[in-house]
Amino acid sequence: MMANDPAETKRVDEPTGTEFVGHEWDGIEELNTPLPRWWLWLFYITIAWAAVYAVLYPAWPLLDRGTEGTLGWTSRGQLAKDVRDAHQARADANAQLAGIPVEALPEDERLMQLAVAGGAAAFKVNCVQCHGAGAAGSPGYPNLNDDDWLWGGDLKSIETTITHGVRWQASAQTRTSLMPGFGEAFSPAQVGALAQQVLSFGGKGKPNAVGAQLFADNCAACHGPAGAGDRALGAPALNDAIWLYGGTQQDIVRQISAPRHGVMPAWEGRLDPVTIKMLAAYVHSLGGGEELPADAPATMVESDGQP
Amino acid sequence: MDSPDLSGSVAGEGLKPRPLEDAARPKPRPPRAEGTFDPLYEKSKTVHNKRIDGPFRRFKWFVMVVTLTIYYVTPWLRWDRGPYAPDQAVLIDLANRRFYMFGIEIWPHEFYFVAGLLIMAGIGLFLLTSAVGRAWCGYACPQTVWTDLFQHVDRLFDGDRNARIRLDNAPWGPAKIARRASKWSVYLLISFLTGGAWILYFADAPTLLRQFLAGEAAPVAYGTVAILTFTTFALGGFMREQVCIYMCPWPRIQTAMLDEKSLIVTYKDWRGEPRGSVKKASKNPDLFGDCIDCQQCIAVCPTGIDIREGPQIGCITCALCIDACDKVMAEIGRPRGLIDYATLEDCEREQAGSPPRPAWKALMHLRTWVYFGIWGAIGLALLFALGVRNHTDLSVSPDRNPPFMLLRDGSIRNAYTLKLRNMESRPRAMEIALEGLPGALLWTDAIARSDAAPSQQVEVPADAIRTVRAYVLMPPGSANQSFSFRLTSLDEQRETDVQETAFNTPGGE
Repeated sequence: MMANDPAETKRVDEPTGTEFVGHEWDGIEELNTPLPRWWLWLFYITIAWAAVYAVLYPAWPLLDRGTEGTLGWTSRGQLAKDVRDAHQARADANAQLAGIPVEALPEDERLMQLAVAGGAAAFKVNCVQCHGAGAAGSPGYPNLNDDDWLWGGDLKSIETTITHGVRWQASAQTRTSLMPGFGEAFSPAQVGALAQQVLSFGGKGKPNAVGAQLFADNCAACHGPAGAGDRALGAPALNDAIWLYGGTQQDIVRQISAPRHGVMPAWEGRLDPVTIKMLAAYVHSLGGGEELPADAPATMVESDGQP
Repeated sequence: MDSPDLSGSVAGEGLKPRPLEDAARPKPRPPRAEGTFDPLYEKSKTVHNKRIDGPFRRFKWFVMVVTLTIYYVTPWLRWDRGPYAPDQAVLIDLANRRFYMFGIEIWPHEFYFVAGLLIMAGIGLFLLTSAVGRAWCGYACPQTVWTDLFQHVDRLFDGDRNARIRLDNAPWGPAKIARRASKWSVYLLISFLTGGAWILYFADAPTLLRQFLAGEAAPVAYGTVAILTFTTFALGGFMREQVCIYMCPWPRIQTAMLDEKSLIVTYKDWRGEPRGSVKKASKNPDLFGDCIDCQQCIAVCPTGIDIREGPQIGCITCALCIDACDKVMAEIGRPRGLIDYATLEDCEREQAGSPPRPAWKALMHLRTWVYFGIWGAIGLALLFALGVRNHTDLSVSPDRNPPFMLLRDGSIRNAYTLKLRNMESRPRAMEIALEGLPGALLWTDAIARSDAAPSQQVEVPADAIRTVRAYVLMPPGSANQSFSFRLTSLDEQRETDVQETAFNTPGGE
């Protein structure tokens, strides 16, 4: 009441010639400097804008849902459109990848880069659960960064492994190797000697006659006489520094007695061929990728017409 | 030159001064009647500024021509940078993240140059304010330049001040609608050209113009032009001084920056007051000052203020009132400079009886020189940094997961992502070498492991960053240690950059 007393507000501030509003706080008084009229119009425009927005877009919360707006916009719909657009943007590269055999990828640097990038994304969704975020694996799950491959480390072999899986019964062409268990056939002393013999291939254990005989009779058929392994059979090399199930005496004794057989699903049918190709390119790019073997598949020769 | 309309009113009657009856003259608002309330919002008053000629007006023309020429011509200047870089002299290439300005090319990692330029612009404004007051507002501010341009359009279509006031007050009819429509079309054309020129700074101007006219330019180009056309049309055509008075923060900052040593446009009230007509003054010379209250200073003001009320936020110090007043003083045979550029200190000195001090002396002001020193130091530092900057750059990011890799033969491999930056506009061969890691071998994603060596050579494309995945191999049993990658350009410059990083091993401390 006091503030708007007209008798109070008639006074004029001498230096500026402006009236006082009449508000006073501890001797500080407010001058009446009105806002420009257009400012008010801007305010009205924002109100009109809000009204239009409330009609066009979802705005009012109701009991169990909100108003939908006449444009029918939803955040889910927006996301679906964005995803569609992203697929659309990749369609071109996908078509090119679909048309090129994986072994010919290294010839096209740009396509290879796209494949590696796409593979990195697909890897994070489908593969990290077992192989780890850095593809470094863990005991029982192969490390994909190193230069040791059970089934071959060239692009074609990697693609085949991903497509058909390892010991995946539903796939006819799955990679299969089954090491028998020797826990009942051999005595603990024999198994211990054999483990020492196996370790000796990599320069760690003591070579011994018992172990050497047992190895030659029971193991060399698959693992090779010097434990170099055989990729065709999926038999791991025993003379290197890399052990899937551990490289101590105890680990090896356990693996001889009661071997574990890791399983990798076949991705054919779960992932499209282009994604599998991209995954192969990504795994190959991690540092351990190998050149195609000299007797390369005929497709590569055909593709560039070179002998 | 026709003689000034000294009455300023619609019906001019020679030298007889008469106060204006139009809205241009700000007055203290009349006190309201008992029990009534003023409106909360003030209706904006159109400023119809009168045409004037004089040294300051001519300077304003000059600045306007220079600034508009810079704005419209700059995107069309060419600058040869060879086949790998655009040939536009000034180009802000957002898509490729490059900023070109004649011989200077700024990359995103050198944004501190832009930051430095912005700081210089800020301190430059302080410097200008300290030296010559609100000269930026009065002459060079885009709002001032475009407002001035639009006011000339007003004059062209509707005549000078009085004719415009008459037209404003006239009822709407076919003639008025036609005039307004044609004038606003020209407003719109100027606004469109303003917005149109803006986008040319962000892409190759001839190409973009062709695409724009053919309807093939990016939507953002059309959107930008539309927005800038609208803002120019609204701010330059209609908002004008309202922008300076209500929207712009700069006048507020100015009030804090100006002091008694700042050069401002000042009405010398001790000389002018009390005001009286020539006739009255000739009868009683002792009673009246030099101001004859002819209102010319108000009539020519582009923001519609009365400078005689003292320094105020609406005064952009364009000095047109000085031109107007000097002209009147010359006509009635009194000394010029009743309204003049002066500092408050000078005014006091002059009032006390000393002769007027030339305005340039106001520049001899410590604060001005301090600002100039800071401004110049930043400029020199930037120039120095520009001169010694390296056009070759390396960044190293070691793989964190996995941190190392045990290979079949027991040797240990670490992987690094290297970014090789070539800021020259030609492809360059560069050498990546390992330093401080004896026995190590290096190969990359593009170089086979069988070719591993302590150093490798790679091609880096012109004006680009090449990402290289590098593998470093150490023999079995190596320990954790620090080492460096050295990048050297294999040309006559032999620029080099060294980045330290670490080699990790299993369980190695």
